[in-house]
Amino acid sequence: MSPTTADETDLVQLLTPEGERVQHPDYQFDGDDAEIAGYLRDMVLGRRLDTEATALQRQGELGLWASLLGQEAAQVGSARALGPNDVVFPSYREHAVALCMGVDPVDLLGLFRGVDLGDWDAEGTRFRNYTLVIGSQTLHATGYAMALERDGMVGNGSAEQDAAVVAYFGDGATSQGDVNESFVFASSYNAPVVFFCQNNQWAISEPMSRQSRIPLYRRASGFGFPGVRVDGNDVLAVRAVTERALDRARNGGGPTLVEAYTYRMGAHTTSDDPSKYRLADELETWRLRDPIERVKALLRTSGAADERFFADLAQEADDLAADLRRRCLQLQAPDLHAMFADVYAEQTDYLTAQQQTFREYVDSFETGADQQSTTEVSR
Amino acid sequence: MTRMTLGKALNAGLRRALEADPKVLLAGEDIGKLGGVFRITEGLQKDFGEHRVIDSPLAESGIVGTAVGMAMRGYRPVVEIQFDGFVYPAYDQIVTQLAKFHFRTRGRQRLPVVIRIPYAGGIGAIEHHSESPEAYFAHTPGLKVVTCATPHDAYWMIQQAIASDDPVVFLEPKRRYHDKGEVDESASPLPLHQAQVVRPGRDVTLLAYGPMVRTCLDAAAAAEEEGRDLEVVDLRTLSPLDTATVVASVQRTGRAVVVHEAQQNLGLGAELAARISEHCFYNLEAPVLRVAGYDMPYPPSRVEHQYLPDLDRVLDAVDRSMAY
Ligand SMILES: Cc1ncc(C[n+]2csc(CCOP(=O)(O)OP(=O)(O)O)c2C)c(N)n1
Ligand SMILES: [Mg+2]
Repeated sequence: MSPTTADETDLVQLLTPEGERVQHPDYQFDGDDAEIAGYLRDMVLGRRLDTEATALQRQGELGLWASLLGQEAAQVGSARALGPNDVVFPSYREHAVALCMGVDPVDLLGLFRGVDLGDWDAEGTRFRNYTLVIGSQTLHATGYAMALERDGMVGNGSAEQDAAVVAYFGDGATSQGDVNESFVFASSYNAPVVFFCQNNQWAISEPMSRQSRIPLYRRASGFGFPGVRVDGNDVLAVRAVTERALDRARNGGGPTLVEAYTYRMGAHTTSDDPSKYRLADELETWRLRDPIERVKALLRTSGAADERFFADLAQEADDLAADLRRRCLQLQAPDLHAMFADVYAEQTDYLTAQQQTFREYVDSFETGADQQSTTEVSR
Repeated sequence: MTRMTLGKALNAGLRRALEADPKVLLAGEDIGKLGGVFRITEGLQKDFGEHRVIDSPLAESGIVGTAVGMAMRGYRPVVEIQFDGFVYPAYDQIVTQLAKFHFRTRGRQRLPVVIRIPYAGGIGAIEHHSESPEAYFAHTPGLKVVTCATPHDAYWMIQQAIASDDPVVFLEPKRRYHDKGEVDESASPLPLHQAQVVRPGRDVTLLAYGPMVRTCLDAAAAAEEEGRDLEVVDLRTLSPLDTATVVASVQRTGRAVVVHEAQQNLGLGAELAARISEHCFYNLEAPVLRVAGYDMPYPPSRVEHQYLPDLDRVLDAVDRSMAY
């Protein structure tokens, strides 16, 4: 079996690319039309946020942006399966998950604008920090899950009392030692963690086949826990599969690997040029599997949404984008002087002295000691 | 003589090494079709094939660890770490394995592996993409650590590193990749582990390497207008350090300022200051001063210009040195 083509027999799908509901022997989606319309809203807002951030990068307002384009269903379907105590350890592309969890989208931009290092309320939102070092967060997620279990938050019989963790990572990340070690730890300690791999087929320029010769979800069995591959562009299936995995984790059943089979429709980041390594045909194939279009088709046919609904949603998305842009432009560079205090919990005398030296150095320009260089330093 | 960028010079040097020795292999993430995220290996897979220019799985420990194994079979792997901040998953393989084999085997096992790392800041990147990890490697016996500052050196030093029978950490100043300069392909190059006085001067010695060499040359040019004559030494080799060139310079000037992007605490400046005080004690007119990154994690890019040594900070240190 080729790892780079979807094998229909092992892909959980509940909504076809054409927008038709289909049955699956093991999974079903029980939500109503309003819930589906809600997912559509999440996905549309997520995509709009992403488009605006890409535009901001093009205009020099962000240093870089990692687009989620094409991965909206994988992110929204999994985020909407979370219970009230569940915690997410993201990678760096999970902007739609953040949106669903109530992170203020402008807070996502700071890291990419170069004004902070990812400065949202990671505890309050339960959407932890972005991690740029590939795979590291899967170990943190596992350790966090082990701690939840110690704290008696597993197996009490309700999502209100129990908690689980979702670790997001990519197909490329599955090659990292850290990710494989997290599988070992989670399995060994039966930790309440869901490993949510967005297999978007590419790790920058490297295709899936460079990382694995078997479908990724099947790796799980070697570590001793279940793996399932879901159509990552089908928000209903992702929701159903993730919910099952989370229930299992919260009930003390241990980890699950979910492979959301999807596609990175855009470049790896705004610095990347995919025309160097992949064919336009592939993009066209996946365009027909768009995660948003199929939900629109479903809602149209079922009569649950009319054109007015879609128009209002588009307007809401534009408003979000306008607000995001306005507030992005207001994000200011931090005060480096203050950052000396952020290095340690218990400040050292050495660093306090260095901070003082820095202050005096900067002030020496401001008092006009060297007029010409003032702009250099306060630029 | 050909005028080219530092990045192109590395590409040309790698090409020449691949041509010269069939045992030379390149490996790393995205180095094949894409030519690496900085395009340093552009076109090499096309010309030398997928067996010699290898796209690796996304695993740095694996990249270095398998390079060790291939070197044991007589290959000369040149691996690319995509960014400085991503070398740490490979740190174990580098310091516990690669660096020690020669010693452990009483000299029987040579591991001619080159680890190329685009390093240091100044390009407005997000976190983990602007770090200067040289001291971690220079501190490790068994590794050699070098860094180039000009296209000419890039072209020659990469070939010399590949030809070396010791493991070499080869640091590439990413913000200078687009700097242009003359490359003399027929020159006989300076030995790899030799520093170079790139601007002679009488008043103060500026000791720099990699991205800071140009910063120091700019500072020296600015100081000249104020009547100060600064000498600039491009260290080129960080381990081993070329103590002789450094000492000779400081004995002439009596003053030294070390400039590096890496955090100050236990950076190369500390070792240089110690060696200078050991060898030049009676020549010194001032203590050795350091201009370095502050002792904090690399900050967000919008303030990196305040964090990084620049012309003003170098001249400020020169003033302080001269004031003694
Ligand atoms: C340890 C480490 N090595 C290399 C990189 C550079 N890098 C950033 S993203 C990426 C590819 C990641 O691919 P994947 O895991 O599939 O996630 P995707 O970007 O496709 O979402 C690489 C190699 C990194 N960030 N961290
Ligand atoms: Mg991927």
